[in-house]
Amino acid sequence: MNTAIILAVVASAIRLATPLLLAALGGVFSERSGVVNIGLEGIMIFGAFFSVWFTHITGNAWIGVVAAILFGVIAASLLAVISINLKGNQIIAGTAINLLAAALTAFLLELIWHRSGSTPICPDMLTSNPFKFLEAIPILGDLCKQFTPFVYLSFMLVFVTYYILWKTPWGLHVRAVGEHPRAADTVGIGVYKTRWTCVLISGVLAGLAGACLSVGTVGLFREGMVAGKGFIALAAMVFGKWHPVGALSGCLLFGLCSAIQIQAQSFGIDAPSEFLAMVPYLATIIVLIGVVGKAVAPKADGTPYEKD
Amino acid sequence: MKNKLKFTWDVLKLPVIAVIVGFIVGAVCILIAGSNPATAYAALFRGSLGSIPSFGETLYKVTPILLTGLSAAIGFRCGLFNIGSEGQYVMASIVTVAGAWYLQGLPSFILVPLLLMLGILSGGVWGGIAGILKANMGINEVISTIMLNWIALYLSNYLVRTVLNPSTILGDISKGHTVIVPDAARLTKFKEFIPAFGYSSAHTGILIALAAAVGMWFLLFKTTLGYEIRGVGLNPQAAEYGGINNKKNTFLAMFISGGLAGLAGSVQILGLVYMVNQSTELPGYGFTGLSVALVGLSHPLGCIPAALLFGILDNGSRQMQLSGIPKEITKIISAVILVFVAGSLLMKYVPEYFEKRKMKRSGVDGGKQASAGAGKEGI
Amino acid sequence: MSKVVEMKNITKVFPGTIANDHVNFDLEKGEIHVLLGENGAGKTTLMNILYGLYQPTSGDIFINGSKVNIKGPISAISLGIGMVHQHFMLVENFTVTENIVLGNEPSLLGGLKLDMNTATQKVRQVSDEFGLEVDPDAFIEDISVGLSQRVEILKALYKGAEVLILDEPTAVLTPQEIEELGAILRKLTDEGKSIVLITHKLKEVLSMSDRVTVIRRGKIVSTLNTQETNADELAELMVGREVELTSEKTDKKQGDVILSVENLVVKDHRKLDVVKGISFEVHAGEIFAIAGVDGNGQKQLVEALTGLTKVASGKVKVSGQDITGAKPRKVIEAGTGHIPEDRQKRGLILQSTLAENLILGYHYIKPFANRGIMNYKEIHKHGNTLIQEFDIRTPDENVKAGSLSGGNQQKVIIAREFYKDPQLLIASQPTRGLDVGAIEFVHRRLLEQRENNKAVLLVSLELEEVMNLADRIAVIYQGKIVGIMDAKDASERKLGIMMTGGSLEEEGVRNHEE
Repeated sequence: MNTAIILAVVASAIRLATPLLLAALGGVFSERSGVVNIGLEGIMIFGAFFSVWFTHITGNAWIGVVAAILFGVIAASLLAVISINLKGNQIIAGTAINLLAAALTAFLLELIWHRSGSTPICPDMLTSNPFKFLEAIPILGDLCKQFTPFVYLSFMLVFVTYYILWKTPWGLHVRAVGEHPRAADTVGIGVYKTRWTCVLISGVLAGLAGACLSVGTVGLFREGMVAGKGFIALAAMVFGKWHPVGALSGCLLFGLCSAIQIQAQSFGIDAPSEFLAMVPYLATIIVLIGVVGKAVAPKADGTPYEKD
Repeated sequence: MKNKLKFTWDVLKLPVIAVIVGFIVGAVCILIAGSNPATAYAALFRGSLGSIPSFGETLYKVTPILLTGLSAAIGFRCGLFNIGSEGQYVMASIVTVAGAWYLQGLPSFILVPLLLMLGILSGGVWGGIAGILKANMGINEVISTIMLNWIALYLSNYLVRTVLNPSTILGDISKGHTVIVPDAARLTKFKEFIPAFGYSSAHTGILIALAAAVGMWFLLFKTTLGYEIRGVGLNPQAAEYGGINNKKNTFLAMFISGGLAGLAGSVQILGLVYMVNQSTELPGYGFTGLSVALVGLSHPLGCIPAALLFGILDNGSRQMQLSGIPKEITKIISAVILVFVAGSLLMKYVPEYFEKRKMKRSGVDGGKQASAGAGKEGI
Repeated sequence: MSKVVEMKNITKVFPGTIANDHVNFDLEKGEIHVLLGENGAGKTTLMNILYGLYQPTSGDIFINGSKVNIKGPISAISLGIGMVHQHFMLVENFTVTENIVLGNEPSLLGGLKLDMNTATQKVRQVSDEFGLEVDPDAFIEDISVGLSQRVEILKALYKGAEVLILDEPTAVLTPQEIEELGAILRKLTDEGKSIVLITHKLKEVLSMSDRVTVIRRGKIVSTLNTQETNADELAELMVGREVELTSEKTDKKQGDVILSVENLVVKDHRKLDVVKGISFEVHAGEIFAIAGVDGNGQKQLVEALTGLTKVASGKVKVSGQDITGAKPRKVIEAGTGHIPEDRQKRGLILQSTLAENLILGYHYIKPFANRGIMNYKEIHKHGNTLIQEFDIRTPDENVKAGSLSGGNQQKVIIAREFYKDPQLLIASQPTRGLDVGAIEFVHRRLLEQRENNKAVLLVSLELEEVMNLADRIAVIYQGKIVGIMDAKDASERKLGIMMTGGSLEEEGVRNHEE
């Protein structure tokens, strides 16, 4: 087995895992506080679109990223209002956001560029390694050559997420709210406020994930480009038992599946492309079967909180 | 009588308001696009209801979403979110085309029902997979059905490209779609016996869909299976206590739900499209079906006016497009309606509020349980 | 004695009911004041107002003479008010320390880092100061109920509570643990704390308190010095009429064995044994009661008998038929009726109509269904008949079960189960959360079953109820039956000893089980 190919696959796996990881971390925040966020997919769509749009407007991809975060937060607010304040069904709310995202972005695509399907290529992209000095390191440097700013960001966020949720007082509050919101309420912790914050954080992260897919990978927005990745991210979160490091391993696993699919030819795997395309989705189901009984969600996950 | 009217309004209040809000947001988007909402909406309704042929067009649009709406509704009643109706539809479509081709020797009156059954079965099996995963392993059906959607799509693309391609079967050049469904398998078009339908492609599939709606109403509210499915959906713990087999009913609900989505695929193939195309996207009828079910309050008969509404939106969008308004507006209206329904505080509290009023009026000291906050044991 | 808390003219209105009606309540420094009333009388509501969980519709609260506005638990805590809830407000997978400091965590780096070392230290400090021993690093899901209650008390003390409100604290304790609690409370008052005890149990009132205030249907009936009153007077004040504290039971001869349980073993979700080889028999024409503190395996025992939980090993027979590990439907068909301990979660589908709830369990047989098609005419007829017969307060059978009061909901379940005329009736905590009228109804019906030569298995946490109704009493402790005796030979003291795992030969030796 050629080292070059192995490195290519590993780098590919990490790059493909990155948007999943960002979204999965968003899922961790949201669900640890007790709100199921099925709308990650839709927020990713918003992130992917608005980052491209604003990159076109300003010529600067970082501004695009900021836009992705902004609109991710707006979309997440909608989910938060429905799920937290109106105590609506969280799964329907998330699905509604997904449909709205697809419809709204298609509409805007038509309106702004007068074409359907995809936008023109961005004047600026974030697809290259920002830390050139790392490339000098043997072996690791070759990997780093393939990394985008999002890769570094997402890895850092894994540790930040862990620290926030397990080492800070606020993190203790979040976990209490997700397990036993009434207990938290009776000691004066604001259940709604905590949940809102966590859902908004998931909006930021999923928006980033979307930007990563567009501005950080292909440099444009195409209808249907998210293709279920928001859900794969949720599966990775479940696989990771709602823990950031676990989510990381889950995302890497899925990234690896996708990478193998892309590099299949070099491995000498001669299978129809459609079957290779199925691999990540099949892998998700297999992973979910594998963690049956072992992954326990936060106790109050998915249940709206009734403040009397 | 006044009570009954009030009750009906209380229940219908939600979907009606949701629809109004959807149209208002749509109007805002139309304004942003630089057009006049009034003319736009006039075009919308003219395009979908203005003449018998255009109504016929609306009818054939309604057909698949009524069926996928029923599919979602049955799922909801059992507490399941069958987001997988897309995949179930796709599987049924491909099986229907294959069946139509290989069984084309059979006479129509046998072939067509047989193909529809095959469609129901393939959708049922595809949905049943998710049902078993949920019933026996507790795997969240939202994630599993979405994964199955994509697997179905790629499987379909593969079969379209290879086994069912005209190039394979007829020695033609390779095409982006399957062989065409022969005449014997096709559903009759309305215009064949009602000339007034003119150019429209309306077909008997709508009658099949309506029959399915009535059938599902009967199933849910008049049979033991329906009682059990609803019980599991409302309170699985009490259902288990009452001797109901939760696993069996979860599986059956997913199977039936999948079967309805599959029927949608079959009917669409045999009634309208006559082939399956390669595609990078899922057809979309399943997602619309979710909205139909929610606006129809998950009631099979409620799905009929809901499907009609979405059919009007879909058909009318073409006319709107001609007036220069992006057709995505109707998708936005659909999505907004769904968002509004999702946020329904009303959906939960209306029936409860009405119950309490009923109790008070008859002088009964009820309602204490419902108003107790922390700790139901004592106030 | 100065008044630490004064609640003046408090009224709280909920839609459809007035929970507190111009209530006046005060608490003096260093006293233990009991707030006594039936379920639904308004006691918890009043204290929830004091703790800031509810806002009064009208009225004022004074703490140490100054008027205050308690907007929420944080306000209450800052005023020195702490509350130990009936259902513990503890996060199961957090440690004792994490639960105690939740909301008031010591931190470093300006709030950015949890200081668990200081937290553990402080917990040990408070624990030592008041003599409430706990293991700071234990997880709540691993410790006993009695210990959990201590954690709740420590939580309040850690936050500096001078006033402690305890809501039904004895519901989960054995008689010995109740005595211990009494000692702890006395120690606290010696240190200057003031305590409000919410309860509906007369016994505790008399042994633990200085004063008692009786509340009935939202109104204060009377405030008395404990020493100047007695159980009968209090019972009458609580209910408003003379109360039969015991039921009349006829002498009955034991019939055939209806339920036979042999060496039953049941495991919990962590694969540990919770029912450790239980054997007993219930005969026709008898009420066999299983008494014990909550959490000793009763729930799993009943679930195993009714098919709701797997049986690890052992044998269960009903009327000679082996139903070990059978699914609920088979158990029902063998002639079993079950009044579940959680009526809202298990016993009813709250969003369904009474008519549909009243056939749950036999909805698939004639006359209610024929070959899979339901006969709603019969179903409605059945519903109406049962509503009349059992005097269920409702306008009609189309009302949703969730709108009924607790007592009426229990009536629905009883009506439904009794219609089956079951050979074996399993009643699990059948009177939990019910007012006296409803309790009387349930007791009457259970005795009726006994009269009609049916077998009744009663699982209850209330010793009085058990001693009142049962022919034979078994005590369950940590998953085992530690003794079966005739009701005639039973006494609260004997049962209490067995409930904490002691044996009657070692009477007089107090068991510290923690």
